[in-house]
Formats: sequence, C-alpha cells, structure tokens
Amino acid sequence: MSQETARAEKSIITPFNVIAGIIIIAGLIVTFLRFTKGLGAVTNLDDNNPWGLWIGFDLLCGVALAAGGYVTSAACYIFGLKRYHSAVRPAILTAFLGYTLVVLALHYDVGRPWRLPYPIFLSQGTTSLLFEVGLCVFLYLSVLFVEYSPAALEWLGMKKIRNLIVRLTLVLTIFGVILSTLHQSSLGALFMIAPSKLHPLWYSNYLPVYFFISSLFSGLSMVIFEGSLAHRYFHDKMDEMHLKESKDVALGFGKAASFIMMGYVGIKFIGISIDNNWHYLTTSWGVWYLFELIGFVALPAFIYAIAVREKNLRLVRWAALISVFGVVLNRLNISLVAFNWQLPSAERYFPSWSEIVISLFVVTVGIVVYRFIVTRMPIFHEHPDYQHDH
Amino acid sequence: MDAIFYTLQDFMLHSKSITYILIGGILIGLMLFWLFLAGRDEKKRTF
Repeated sequence: MSQETARAEKSIITPFNVIAGIIIIAGLIVTFLRFTKGLGAVTNLDDNNPWGLWIGFDLLCGVALAAGGYVTSAACYIFGLKRYHSAVRPAILTAFLGYTLVVLALHYDVGRPWRLPYPIFLSQGTTSLLFEVGLCVFLYLSVLFVEYSPAALEWLGMKKIRNLIVRLTLVLTIFGVILSTLHQSSLGALFMIAPSKLHPLWYSNYLPVYFFISSLFSGLSMVIFEGSLAHRYFHDKMDEMHLKESKDVALGFGKAASFIMMGYVGIKFIGISIDNNWHYLTTSWGVWYLFELIGFVALPAFIYAIAVREKNLRLVRWAALISVFGVVLNRLNISLVAFNWQLPSAERYFPSWSEIVISLFVVTVGIVVYRFIVTRMPIFHEHPDYQHDH
Repeated sequence: MDAIFYTLQDFMLHSKSITYILIGGILIGLMLFWLFLAGRDEKKRTF
C-alpha cells in the first residue's frame, strides 16, 4: 500500500466524520421507525400540539436562516452592489440546501408525505395560507436549484447550458425576492389563526411583517456566520478575489443587519403599544420576551454597530452568531414556548428524543452535503474557464 | 396599573396616542443610530 493511499484511508476517520456518522446512523434508525410505526411512535405531538420541533426548528428556522440567498443575490444583482459578488454563490448554496432540508423535514412531519404534491398539482386550496406557503416554497426551491446549477454545470463541464442559465440570473433573482417576501411573511401569518393560543407578547397583527424583517437580518447574519466558518475550514478553496472581498462583505452586511435589527426592535415595541400589552412585560413571560428582544436582537445590533465603526471582523462574527441564535430563539418561542402558554405544564409539549435526533440528522446531512459540494465545485473560487464572467 | 376602558374609542385613543408618540421617538432614534453606525465611514468627495 502506498503512503498516499494509507494517508487517504486514515483521513476518513476524523472527529467530524465519526460524529456525523453516528448522527446519520441514529437518524436512519428513527427514520425507519417513523415510516413504519407512524408519527405517534416517535413524536410527542398531540391534538394540542400538532406542530412540534420539526416545524418549529427544521421548517421555521430553516427557512429564516436560508434567507441569505435572496438577500445576497438582491444586493448584488438588483441593487448593483457588485463588491458582494463573491458572497452570492455560498449564500445561494446555503439557501438551496436549507430549503431542500426544509422539504425533507416536512416529509417526516406530515401524516401522508406522498401526498405533498397534491396541493400544487391536484387540489389547490387557494383560500389557504398554508397553500400559499407550500406553493412559494415549491417554486422558490425550483428557482434556487436553477440559481445554484451554474456551479454544478461548470464542475461537470457543461458550458452551453451553464451559459444559458447564467443569462437568466436577473430574472431568477427577481423571482426569488418576490417568492421569499411572500412566504417568509406568510409563515408568520400562519400563527395569526391562533390568537388565543399564542402569548399576547408574541402574537400581533404584524406577525407577517416581523417574520419578513427578521428574515432579512437573519439572512445577512447567516452569510457572515457561514463565511466565518468557511474561512476556518475551507480557506484553501478560496481564490484571491473571495479572500479580498470577504472583509467588505462581513462589514457591509453587518452594517445593514445592525440598522434593520434596530428597526425591528422599534416595530416590536410598536406592536406591543398598539395592542396595549405593556402590562405583560412585568410578568415572567415579559422577562423572557425582553431577554429575546434585547439580548438577542438589540445587543447584537449594537455589537454590529461597534464592530462596523471599529472595522473589527472578529466582533462582526460574534454579533452574527448571537443574531442567528436570536432568530432561532424567536421562531422556537412563537411555535413552541409561547404557544399554548395557558395550558397546564403536564399538557405542554416537549420534543421526544427521536424528534431531536431527526432534527440533528437533517442539519448533519446539510453540513455533509455542503462540504461535499464546496470541496468539489467552484463555490469559493471562480472556475478557471469562467474567470471574471459576471 | 392598567387603565379601564369602557369603549373601543377610549381604547383606540389611548393606545394610538402612545403609539404615535413612540413612532416619532423611534424615527428620531433610528436617525441617530444611523449617524452612530455610519459615523466613521470614509466621506465621499463631492468636489
């Protein structure tokens, strides 16, 4: 056995591969149980809590954190901020994988997943908000697939079809922004059907606006956060242009995120004021609400501002991490924590271990596929055949 | 202590009055925050 082969075989057993392997095996076992024994066998869902972790985390957080795709491509192609071009492909890839995993997770959550195409092709529920969300996610996933495909086609050497798709970039970006605006807000609007179930501090007529605005800074923060991880683990895959632009991307996106987040804090207080819910802020629910809003939105917005003024890349990345946690906390609060808040604790929902395993499984599959793609396809660098072709 | 409202008119007058003042404050606050955020940006030369 040559030394190189031995090194290649040895390198497969890394801490990441071992942990990812264990999670994937556990996920496959729970997947088998889910599809042979049904939802009741693997989840703690019931009539009070028909939506659990798979909707609260996998779907709501997945969609919000995948917003970097439309935010970055809109910044670059619609607003003409070409200095962020190197961030577009990683952001589109993250969004594409994010939405793919959302749809994958949905297969676990719905009772009869094989009927998922029915609302699109056979029985359109045009008066249903959920239909609108489903249609938008279906169309946007298709758009993201086409937007991502040039990287795969360059890798495969299919020049003609790649050049054809690249010409559609602006149209696809516009489509993506429209579809994202629609379904990011509609996911918030879904909870407007339950004013008696969601705690008044989180419930508002402005829920669609909150979801949409928070998706903007969620996407911006995710691009910065993902960029910082990519710099650590895939530094060797990045070309000179990517490395040169990365600081500008982080500081520019941090500045935008900071301003949007402060505006978001403002409209959250407007929501409390218009419903005259101030008195809830002095309860324990109010403390939790302020912990989310001040600790995970206002604080990172301020850290972003300091970091942008000081041009401190490290601080921007910390702010991005806190913001990402903040969006996850907000979605979990709305869908799980503050939902059914008035029920006795014995009837409250807490995810079963197998639900948590599936959520970890879905995230791990995403990371593994992401790693497979960025180590092979031109995501962090330009393909030699298409240098400066944008 | 919570105010007692006998009519929808009372409630709307109360909540909207506070909200409009709050909106004014937020708009001024956001402008000041923008000045803080962009305070150290390189000035574009206009001459």
